[in-house]
Amino acid sequence: MMKRTLLIAAAVLGFAAPAFAAGETPVPPQLKWSFQGPFGTFDRAQLQRGFKVYREVCASCHGLSYVAFRNLSQPGGPEFSEAQVRALAAEYKIQDGPNEAGDMFERPGRAADHFPSPFPNENAAAAANGGKAPPDLSLMPKARTFERGFPWWITDIFRQYSENGADYLVALLNGYEEPPQGFTVPEGGHYNHYYPGHVIAMPKPISDGQVEYPKNEAGQPQVPETVDQYARDVTAFLTWTAEPHLEARKRLGFQVILFLIVLAGLLYFTKKKVWARVGGEVEGHATPPMTHNP
Amino acid sequence: MSQHPTTYVPKSAFGKWFESRLPIAGLVHSSFIAFPVPRNLTYFWTFGAILAFMLVAQIVTGVFLAMYYTPNAGMAFQSVEHIMRDVNYGWLIRYLHANGASMFFVAVYIHIFRNFYYGSYKAPREVLYILGVVIFILMMATAFMGYVLPWGQMSFWGATVITNLFSAIPLVGETIVSYLWGGYSVGNPTLNRFFSLHYLLPFMIAGVVILHIWALHVPGQNNPTGIPIKSGKDAVPFTPYATIKDIFAVVVFMIFFAYWVFYMPNYLGHADNYIPANPAVTPSHIVPEWYFLPFYAILRAIPDKLGGVIAMGAAIVIWVFMPWLDTSKVRSTAYRPLYKQFFWIFVIVCFLLGWLGSRPAEGWYVIASQICTAYYFAHFLIVLPVLGFVERPLPLPNSILESVMGVQKGGAGIPAGANAEPHSKG
Repeated sequence: MMKRTLLIAAAVLGFAAPAFAAGETPVPPQLKWSFQGPFGTFDRAQLQRGFKVYREVCASCHGLSYVAFRNLSQPGGPEFSEAQVRALAAEYKIQDGPNEAGDMFERPGRAADHFPSPFPNENAAAAANGGKAPPDLSLMPKARTFERGFPWWITDIFRQYSENGADYLVALLNGYEEPPQGFTVPEGGHYNHYYPGHVIAMPKPISDGQVEYPKNEAGQPQVPETVDQYARDVTAFLTWTAEPHLEARKRLGFQVILFLIVLAGLLYFTKKKVWARVGGEVEGHATPPMTHNP
Repeated sequence: MSQHPTTYVPKSAFGKWFESRLPIAGLVHSSFIAFPVPRNLTYFWTFGAILAFMLVAQIVTGVFLAMYYTPNAGMAFQSVEHIMRDVNYGWLIRYLHANGASMFFVAVYIHIFRNFYYGSYKAPREVLYILGVVIFILMMATAFMGYVLPWGQMSFWGATVITNLFSAIPLVGETIVSYLWGGYSVGNPTLNRFFSLHYLLPFMIAGVVILHIWALHVPGQNNPTGIPIKSGKDAVPFTPYATIKDIFAVVVFMIFFAYWVFYMPNYLGHADNYIPANPAVTPSHIVPEWYFLPFYAILRAIPDKLGGVIAMGAAIVIWVFMPWLDTSKVRSTAYRPLYKQFFWIFVIVCFLLGWLGSRPAEGWYVIASQICTAYYFAHFLIVLPVLGFVERPLPLPNSILESVMGVQKGGAGIPAGANAEPHSKG
């Protein structure tokens, strides 16, 4: 009895504990994304805007080393034209070599080149950024997440909620604020509402109006030039860099599952027909009435 | 069944010539065509076929991945990203392989708990069962080493934590660990030997699977009643009856598998493993893959390092002794009203241990883990031996056929002429 009471007490307190923990690091709000769900696709215009944000803001400190320029024109991504990509690549200086004289040299980028990193190595990156190297962004939405807790980690499976990394990144970019009273931010740190522990090395990276967006006919930006919109756009772009075949994956998945369901249906009726030869399928066991115990 | 000589008769002259020299066609025929199967098997008995499919799927996808993967600490992470981005359908092969490991464990756990529920481990199937435990241990080793290969943060730190466990072994522990590492910490030599072993172990699994199937074909399959086949009417030939059912079940399982691969491919992994391994930065929580969590909870429940390692090892090794720890003469839990309750408590405790394994080892989680661990062992060491003496089982049916007829509503049973001829070719 004592043991059972302890077990119940442990279970109750065990479930209560994450609630306290959640109070420390707030849960990022869940946003609507064009790429969520079984038929999700990227919004090309959003990826192109997000790329602009990356290029004008993030790229000064963060690499994108797993992405090649040519990826930007591949189907399922921002789908810039090949000419645009060639022109873009040519703006970058790529170190190549050694040449016949044995020297390294710089040449304009080609579509096949990967994005050059802003720092020659991690130590240089750390030295230039207060001791902590800014992480490469290629995989960021897949490399970050937040605790979902019971029972959401179960419902997530059925909702296909796999945008937790993206939601976290938007929350983080929006999460710079004044520290609450009594909270001391250590030297070189910055207060962020959504960063675990609240002290992040990266200063607030972007402000309203910092990146110019394409204009519509009335001369107004197509989408607001706000931190929130920048955050969503750059996160959508990074979701694509992290998962460049996301659209193909979801499209193929629908076809595969549809095929398998039809195949399973045909097999089911084949099985029924086969088993009819022995009087139909019978499974399991019967529990005879308790009256005639041996 | 080895007691049943094959009814296979080669038709062609070449067939006769070949069969008299290597009777492999007769072996296949007696094992997978004429082999008598209890007619009342449920879908829980299709997981053997599902597991065979998963093993083949993992080996095939793994062979293709190995063509592009680079087992080098400086290049492994990048080579995985190369597969994901640049190799044609590389993302598909990798997601199939990574999620396939989880699916393999889903299937094996259902298979194992089906065996627990219906007493399949009892005489005369002890060797068959112990071979199954051996396969499970090999699977765990393979899955663990496979998770290290992408060389992400969780790969590196998972490898560090798990290999460090061996250092708890007195006298030889440190030596074993340095052999596992190939150095003084987890590094490039570790990755190389893990890759080598990760490629080797699946073929060892395949070998033990052959023994497992061989051992199955001696006593034949257990069934939901737990009583053996008594006459031809209790059984149907493996082909086409079990074959078509297995194929159907495999395809349904493939739908489940595909859902993860195409829609939630990273759900069962860790976000940290998309960060390249960094020996200088420890992740805030080092958590193994979900299928190891119950054992991880047992490991951490014991405050002493060696004690934890022993408890974790014992949690699996104790399975080997189940045929002798369980004193009940009745196989199927369907006829064991008391044990049925304890079985489900055990299932809940295993789930709880899994959940606790995912929590940080602090506060109440530790105490809950300790209670669950104690119950886990009590199930084997107290419940199983004692229940056999105190429990009064329900009366068993006289035959599988009788049991099956009771299941059919209206009592019409099976048309007399339709009873199976188990040795027909189907």
